Order: sequence, then structure tokens, then C-alpha cells
Amino acid sequence: MTATIAAVTPAATPTPAKRRRLRFVANPKAATGLVVLAFFCLIAIIGKWIAPYDPSARSSDLIQAPSAKHWFGTTHLGQDIFSQVLVGTRGVMYVGLLAGLVATALSILIGVSAGFLGGAADDSLSALSNVFLVIPALPLIIIVASTIPSAGDLMVALVIGFTSWAWGARVLRAQTLSLRRRDYVEAARATGESTWRIITFEIMPNLTAIIASGFVGTVIFAVMSEITLAFIGISTISEWNWGTILFWAQSQQALAQGAWWWFVPAGLAIAILGTALSLINFGIDEFVSPRLRSSGHTRVKTNDGHSVRMRVGFTPVLSSKQAPATPVVRRKENAA
Amino acid sequence: MKFLFQRIAFYIFTAWAALTINFFIPRLIPGDPVTSLMAKYQGQMSTEAIQSLYVLFGLDKHQSVWSQYVAYWGQIFHGDLGLSFTFFPTPVSEVLKQSLPWTIALVGITTFASFMIGTSLGVIAGWRRGSIMDGLLPVTTFLSSIPYFWLGLLAITLLAGPGSFFPSSGGYEPGLVPSWTGSFIGSAIQHSLLPALTILISSVSGWILTMRNMMVTVASEDYITVAHAKGLSERRVMVSYAARNALLPNVSGFALSLGFIVGGTLLVEIVFSYPGIGYNLFQAVGAKDYPLMQGVFLVITLSVLLANLLADVAYLLLDPRTRKEG
Repeated sequence: MTATIAAVTPAATPTPAKRRRLRFVANPKAATGLVVLAFFCLIAIIGKWIAPYDPSARSSDLIQAPSAKHWFGTTHLGQDIFSQVLVGTRGVMYVGLLAGLVATALSILIGVSAGFLGGAADDSLSALSNVFLVIPALPLIIIVASTIPSAGDLMVALVIGFTSWAWGARVLRAQTLSLRRRDYVEAARATGESTWRIITFEIMPNLTAIIASGFVGTVIFAVMSEITLAFIGISTISEWNWGTILFWAQSQQALAQGAWWWFVPAGLAIAILGTALSLINFGIDEFVSPRLRSSGHTRVKTNDGHSVRMRVGFTPVLSSKQAPATPVVRRKENAA
Repeated sequence: MKFLFQRIAFYIFTAWAALTINFFIPRLIPGDPVTSLMAKYQGQMSTEAIQSLYVLFGLDKHQSVWSQYVAYWGQIFHGDLGLSFTFFPTPVSEVLKQSLPWTIALVGITTFASFMIGTSLGVIAGWRRGSIMDGLLPVTTFLSSIPYFWLGLLAITLLAGPGSFFPSSGGYEPGLVPSWTGSFIGSAIQHSLLPALTILISSVSGWILTMRNMMVTVASEDYITVAHAKGLSERRVMVSYAARNALLPNVSGFALSLGFIVGGTLLVEIVFSYPGIGYNLFQAVGAKDYPLMQGVFLVITLSVLLANLLADVAYLLLDPRTRKEG
């Protein structure tokens, strides 16, 4: 008897465990986003070596449309735009990820401690994050970055990181507040765990999804801000990134010359990277709250020819042609 | 009312914080970029103008930080933001006074319109989950990932150009003088169409998505089931029951994300050379015109705070619970 059970169960157990681990990746949105992000990370690492030309090297092919020799065409100095995009990926990814890390670390520090400590600490910390939330970040970043002489990639990443943590802190604080009175946290406190242990081992694991989506959101914002800074010519133009390409395209009147290839690849790269990151975020959102998933086929035909639209939270109602109205007999009370 | 007073107190506090940040930024940076600029214009500036720049940028090293701070506040309250170097010798406040109406008209109206359009589309997308509207979501995600300024560049290439209806730059026909005449207003509207469209396309999708998600969440509440059970029309349940409640978090989200949106829309002005605050900021950055930069930051921050306050008032009107005394 026991032997048969043992023989049946082992075959079944490995599958659910494996599925659970890959559940996040199984979400098509998240999977697409992760693949694209991995591709950009790869380019960021190897871009310098696989670029066919030196991105700053001039040549005699001035403002050439895309061809087999120059895939994305050339600039006014004959520089190869394809190489510029490849080499520029590193700066974009570096600043985006570093700023994301700095901002996420700050938001965890401020958000979780505000939510967990409560009282005066909470009041002052959430006032601080609200102030940073309301002050328009981009103009602030522009001013700080342009006041610092020769702002390199590291400086830009730090400036962005230190100004864009507020949203994450706010969300984390709200979630921590709701976690901190849960039974399991009370139990941990009753068994004498230290505050730090409770925060790092009891509360933080339950905030993983929020932290992750906050990180991804900040990376999107950081990439956009960095490219903006380069585009309006604040960060050093000696280091290539996608914004630098757009800066030159704008300042050399690429539009008036009809040189669409000068700014289209860099902009598309930004949009694709941004979309990939947003998709990862949707994946996280749907992972946490499955109700948000776009449900596939919802219209169901019943046997008697009616069609019903199934929706979460709704009682399905038969949309019949015209239900025969119940005859209402009015008594003529007035006449009497 | 208590809610409103709390919010006003918070905004005053934020305004103070922003002004203080504005005070410290130039003082924390090594070197004196302003001094070199002043040297360039030596002899052309009045002693008063020099004095106000000294106060704003803390060039007078003999004063303590506290007395610098007090002097700085006194000057801000007089509306004296120093001289702009880009538009020398126009004071910064004068420059901003000219460009602010353009920005408010363009950014204010389009942001509001984008919120309204996006929210309405989001209501439908959330209500009819699983219909064609869900297929639109990836498209809108892609559109919102495009930087505003790049979409602007694209719009100029595709739609503007010699002989096109859409002008590619400026806020009005170069020959015209700003006034309240029909030809000027017509020209201004014509010039603002393309920038407005750019902002609208790239900002609308965010609202669609948040509103959709809120609708999906609200749709499973008990009161929706009750409304259905009462036999109310689908439309009535969607608009008066679900959307009305789903709107609340979206309005407070609108207030909070204004800072982000305004930052992005300022770039559209840069691309279109639109005579607003964003373009001023661009010119100031190019010329290392620190007084103008600081002035722009101040004005943007204060406008965003004011817009936030308006959003709070709207929230107050929409949500009866906040009006309850006690």
C-alpha cells in the first residue's frame, strides 16, 4: 500500500516546484521584457568591441543615408551612427542601473523605517519624501547637474539617484504600515527578535515585489533623465550615449537636412528599452495581483445560444435577445 | 476643511524646502561660475544688480550663512531674482513673466486634456477587460516609453516642413506682435497644435493604464454587484458607480505625478523652440545663466505646488468623505 503511494508521488512532485520558480518568467510580458533587457545589457558590455568603427572617428562619408557600409548612416563629420549607438549603450545602462540602485536603497531605507518606526520618525520621513515627490525632479536634476562642473556618468547617476527615491519610499511606507501589525510580525516580536532582524527577515521579503517594481520604475526614469541631460547638452559630450547622438542631431539641424537616420535609431532604442522595462513592471504587477491580467477569451456561448461575457468580479448576465416581458396588469384605481 | 488646511500647510512647507534647496545649490558647488560671468559684463551692470546677484549666489564670503539666508528671503519676497545673462540686461523676473503664460497655456491645457482623455479611455478599458482595448495596452506602453522630445522631433520631420500647415518652431508668426487680436491668437493656436499633440500622445497612456487597473480593482467590489442586481443600466453602473470610485486614487496620483509630467513637457518646448519656461531653461543651460536657471526652477516648483493644491480641491469635491467635519 505504502509502496504504491511512494511510486506514484515522486513523479508528480518535481513539476509544481519547478513551475512555481519560473512562474514570473512564464508571464509573456515579463519574459519579453527580460529578454530585451538582457539584450541591451549584452550590448552594453560588448558594444565597444563589436562596433565596426570608432564612434568619434571622422571620415569622408558626410551625412550618408543607411547603407551596407554604415548601417545607420553617418553624421556631419562622417562618424558611424551604428557604432555610436552600440558604444553609447554602456553609458545609458550604467547610469540607469546605478541610479536605480541608489534610489532603491534610499527608498528602502526611508520608506521602510518610516513605516516601521511610526510616530515622529514617520511624520518627518514621510514629509521629506512628500517634498521630494512634489518638487519637479527633472528641472532640479538639470540645475544640479549643470552647476557641477564636468558632470560625468557617475555624477549624473548619483544626482538622479538622490532625487528620485521619493515615489518608492512612499509606496514602501504604505506597505510596511500594513505589514507591521500582522500576526507573524507580532509573533516575531514576542519571541524577542531584534528590530533589525524583523525588518530584514520578516518584512523585507514581503516587500520584494514592490521593491523590484520600484527599481524598474526608477531605472526608466533615470534613463530618460540621463538622455535628456545629454540631449540639452549638460553632461559631458565626450562620452557617447544615446542622448549625445540626439544632441548632435539637433544642434547640426539633422531635421532640416532630412537626416532622419541620425535621430531615429537612438530614439527607437530608448523607446524599446523603456517598453521592455515597463513590461517587466507589468509582469511584476500581474504577478502580485493576478486580477490585472488581460484575460483572453471572455465570451462564452451557452447551449441554448445565448452568449455570456465572463468577467472577474461580475455575475455573468445572459444577454438574451429580448426577455419576454412579464405582463403587467394595471388596475384602474383612479377610475373608481 | 481640516484636510484642505493640512494640505496648504504642507505646500507652504514644500515651497520653503524648495526655496532652501535653491539657496544651497549654488553655495555647495566648488568654484564661482557667477563671478566669471559678472566679470564678463563688468561696467554694464548697476551696483544694485550686482548686489542682488551677490545675495542670491552667496558671493559675499564675509557674511555668515544665516545672514545670507535672511537676505536671500528678503530678496525673493521682493520678486528680485537677479539679472539674466542670456537676455542681458533684463531681470529674470521680467523674462519669466513673458514666458510663463505660454507654458501655462500649452502644458496646463494639454496635461489636463490628457488626464481627461486617458481616464475616460481607461474606464472603458477596465470595464471591458478582455476586449480589443486590452490589445491597445502594449501600444500605449510603447508610446509612453518614447521620450517627449524625441516624439517632438519625429512630429517635426513628418508633419512640419516648408509649405506644411504645422509650423516647426516658435509660438507665433515671427512678424506678429503679441496681442489679443484674432490673427495673433489664430497663429498662436496653429503653432501650439503640434507641441500639444506630442505631449498628449506620450502622456495619455499612463492615465489609461492606471485608470484601467483601478477600474479592474473596483469592479469586483460588492457595491458594483449590488448595482448590477438592482438592474441599473450597464452605463450607469460603469460611470456613476465604478468610475466615480476608481477616479479618486487617480486624481491623487495626478497631483503627485505633476512634477514628473511638467519636467517632461518642458522638453517639448525645447524641441519646438516654443517661447515658454522650458525653452528659457534650455537657453539658460546653454549660456550657463545661473540666475535664470534658478528662477525657472522656482517658478516651475511654485506652479506645480499650485496645481497640486487645485487637484486637492478637486479631490475634496469628488470625495464626500473628506468633507466630513470631525
